[in-house]
Amino acid sequence: MNFIRTFLAGLLVVLAAAMATPAPVSAGELEDRVKALDAKNFAGKGKAIEALEALADPAALPVLRAMQEGLLFREKATKRIVIGVKAARSFEIFDALSGEALGVVKKRKLKKISVNNRLRGRLRLAIGALALTSGDAAARSSAAKALVKDADPTILPALDRALAREQEVEVAAVMGVARAAIQAKGGEKSARLAAISALEGVLDREVMVVLGTLSQAANEPDAEIRALATETLAATEASGRYYGMLETLFFGVSLGSVLLLAAIGLAITFGVMGVINMAHGEMIMLGAYTTYVIQQVFPGAIEYSLAIAVPVAFLVSGAVGVVLERSVIRFLYGRPLETLLATFGISLVLQQAVRSIFSPLNRSVITPDWMSGALEVNAALSLTYNRLTIIIFTFVLLLMIAALLRYSSFGLRMRAVTQNRAMASAMGIRTNWVDALTFGFGSGIAGIAGVALSQLTNVGPNLGQQYIVDSFMVVVFGGVGNIWGTTLGAMTLGIANKVMEPWSGAVLGKILILVFIILFIQKRPSGMFALKGRAAEN
Amino acid sequence: MQGKTILGMATAAATFGFAVTAMAADTIKVGVLHSLSGTMAISETTLKDTVLMLVEEQNKKGGVLGKKLEAVVVDPASDWPLFAEKARELLEVHKVDVVFGNWTSVSRKSVLPVIEELNGLLFYPVQYEGEESSKNVFYTGAAPNQQAIPAVDYLMDQGIQRWVLAGTDYVYPRTTNKILESYLKTKGVAAEDIMINYTPFGHSDWQTIVSDIKSFGAAGKKTAVVSTINGDANVPFYKELGNQGIKAEDIPVVAFSVGEEELSGIDTAPLVGHLAAWNYFMSADAEVNEDFIAKWHAFIKDEKRVTNDPMEAHYIGFNMWVKAVEKSGTTDVDTVRSAMYGITYPNLTGGVAVMNTNHHLTKPVLIGEIQSDGQFETVWQTPGGVIGDAWTDFLPDSARIVADWTAPITCGNFNIDTGKCSGQNY
Repeated sequence: MNFIRTFLAGLLVVLAAAMATPAPVSAGELEDRVKALDAKNFAGKGKAIEALEALADPAALPVLRAMQEGLLFREKATKRIVIGVKAARSFEIFDALSGEALGVVKKRKLKKISVNNRLRGRLRLAIGALALTSGDAAARSSAAKALVKDADPTILPALDRALAREQEVEVAAVMGVARAAIQAKGGEKSARLAAISALEGVLDREVMVVLGTLSQAANEPDAEIRALATETLAATEASGRYYGMLETLFFGVSLGSVLLLAAIGLAITFGVMGVINMAHGEMIMLGAYTTYVIQQVFPGAIEYSLAIAVPVAFLVSGAVGVVLERSVIRFLYGRPLETLLATFGISLVLQQAVRSIFSPLNRSVITPDWMSGALEVNAALSLTYNRLTIIIFTFVLLLMIAALLRYSSFGLRMRAVTQNRAMASAMGIRTNWVDALTFGFGSGIAGIAGVALSQLTNVGPNLGQQYIVDSFMVVVFGGVGNIWGTTLGAMTLGIANKVMEPWSGAVLGKILILVFIILFIQKRPSGMFALKGRAAEN
Repeated sequence: MQGKTILGMATAAATFGFAVTAMAADTIKVGVLHSLSGTMAISETTLKDTVLMLVEEQNKKGGVLGKKLEAVVVDPASDWPLFAEKARELLEVHKVDVVFGNWTSVSRKSVLPVIEELNGLLFYPVQYEGEESSKNVFYTGAAPNQQAIPAVDYLMDQGIQRWVLAGTDYVYPRTTNKILESYLKTKGVAAEDIMINYTPFGHSDWQTIVSDIKSFGAAGKKTAVVSTINGDANVPFYKELGNQGIKAEDIPVVAFSVGEEELSGIDTAPLVGHLAAWNYFMSADAEVNEDFIAKWHAFIKDEKRVTNDPMEAHYIGFNMWVKAVEKSGTTDVDTVRSAMYGITYPNLTGGVAVMNTNHHLTKPVLIGEIQSDGQFETVWQTPGGVIGDAWTDFLPDSARIVADWTAPITCGNFNIDTGKCSGQNY
């Protein structure tokens, strides 16, 4: 629905622009060239796109956009070219040029005008060239960007005209870069050399591709131009290196925060209570499935689904945790081996239960729009929103947990029971219930982690298994029973992993980290931050 | 009373699990060896259902040789050694006449000695790395020359000059990448234009690798990724590609392990234009295919379920086996095996599949681009069928080996230089 609205609005803009154009192309010719888009093969379609672009008529824009998005069809009966918008099981169709609504038809009445990657690139270029005169500044800016890599110097006059008319400084800057990049590709030699020099320090990836292309002997016969392009590219890369380091650091912190999320619940159940809970991963999995269920129940509220899922996942996983503690684990306190085996069995039961209820196939959890894409700090450094959100979320969660343990009465009881059970009991604390609630709390946190992880990885029955080993690794490395130790442990491992990965590869990197931890534990058996005092003596 | 109930339940369980033994004399038994639990359940359960559907279909037509077919389903639980035990159980205890099963190469390797020792018959439906031709196995999935090589040819035709070979760290990607690397080098691609990268199973943190691919692709030559990344790890990989803004027009990814089933777990909007090479796509425009999809939806009672390439492989394999049994009038393994050679059956993409004497199929190769609805749009396909090549021509050691199970060669690894079989059975 939304699409139609934007689409029609776009059409109005285009119509207005068309009216402003002094000499509109005859409608018949435009129509013929649009018809030609329905060529038999991709080469024919490519030619048709070029022919359409040559008319320089903005009225062709919606047609090209629809074609790029795979929404352009031929109605089999009337042979009309139409734009189709999916509505339930059939398509709502509109005339490609006039935008006139033509009713709703079944899918099999339409033949899609298919495109491949090469055509998609070609379309992007054609749209870019036509949209240079668009009324919207953002559209003009992205149109200029689209031209950088693929456009050849024949577009320059149109670009110059657009540049001369441009009022917005930022858009003009983008157009200037595009102009230099296109100029560098061909034409008079001195102008090319000047254009290449002008591109130094421009950290845009597409510009770097252009320079890279020019520095290859296969693409560029002139040695002088090759040399300058190589030099400029090297200078640009050198200034981008600093951002490369920042990027690695971001990757490391992001991996660290994922590890932390997975381990933080375990830091409570294993770290504080000493229960080796092999079913911890399945608590994470339950949280992720909760997110899936919420999205299924409220299909209209995808944007808020994660916010709803966080408390619900906490309750679901927490409740399962309490039941687990009351029915199994409490009988096994002080017998770590039996606890390990029992919880491992439970983890298998939970996995198979999920497999039976939701099927063994992975479930698709939708990423809300606000978590897709990347924050572009500059052209060389962009931080993906989903990772950024998870880093922030992890630290907020961490602070909340720390505050709860430190300042609330539940936290006080919890610490009392774990430090000296007999004394706490003598003071009138119901240690049984504190155990159950602590375990439920740790499990609930794992559930919340599951909500976040559902945005990064597969939501399937095996989700938990991927994280269980890493979680134990982080908790043991950081120091059992210490949340800050867990935090520092997770960050250290995350950053170390990402710094090593480029030269060691992902497989070897993982092995090196494991070897490192084993050696470290030999030296300091109780991890980075050992608990001091009476609790540590047991 | 309670004892009786338990007894009743046990009988019921036996009936569902293994069907009734009393009927055995009048039925032909079809073994199904696919994991229904564990990691591989995600892919293999569908194939179990496919075989059950094919058996049901055949029984509606009156069975084979006047006897009803009876499926015997066992669960090897994604546990490779257990595959061998379950195969033995199928052949020795249930005395099945044919087995349809396996997905991973390692599980197939584990089953091979058993199936050869007991002279069973196995239909293996998944694309694999080749370098094998067992007397007792029919490979209905694609060999490397029916998937990887045509895909690379297509991309070269599209002007790709730089290659990233990314895979999960196990036998299929390693062998395939070895073949591709030497193939690319024979085509004049320089060593520095090939980047090979392996990741562990279930890898979920792709930030660094995707960022590396991005800078590898920024060197001025058109770059593509050839992905043998397995199963689960694909979702976070594609998500990261989308998030870091890599579009299919810039750096296309062609995948050999991503089909309709895998895409049904992902939001495909950011993936539009990435490629996959298979012998079948659900979107194939053929009437047999539409029938097959309709039957599948009716059988599984879910309109949203997709069909994929290994399902087609089972469809072809099963029907070829039925034809071979009817032709030879018996289910005896050796007779049926000889009857299989040269048997044809219409495939689901509108052509005809042929079983060759090297136990591989002749099938067309299709390259498709991912669409926003999770389906593939065929952008290129071979004009006719491609004969599956058990031993690749692009590794020096394998190029001299042929497989042919008819006289005069009669072995799966005949060295044309020495004129001898290596002696190993597979």
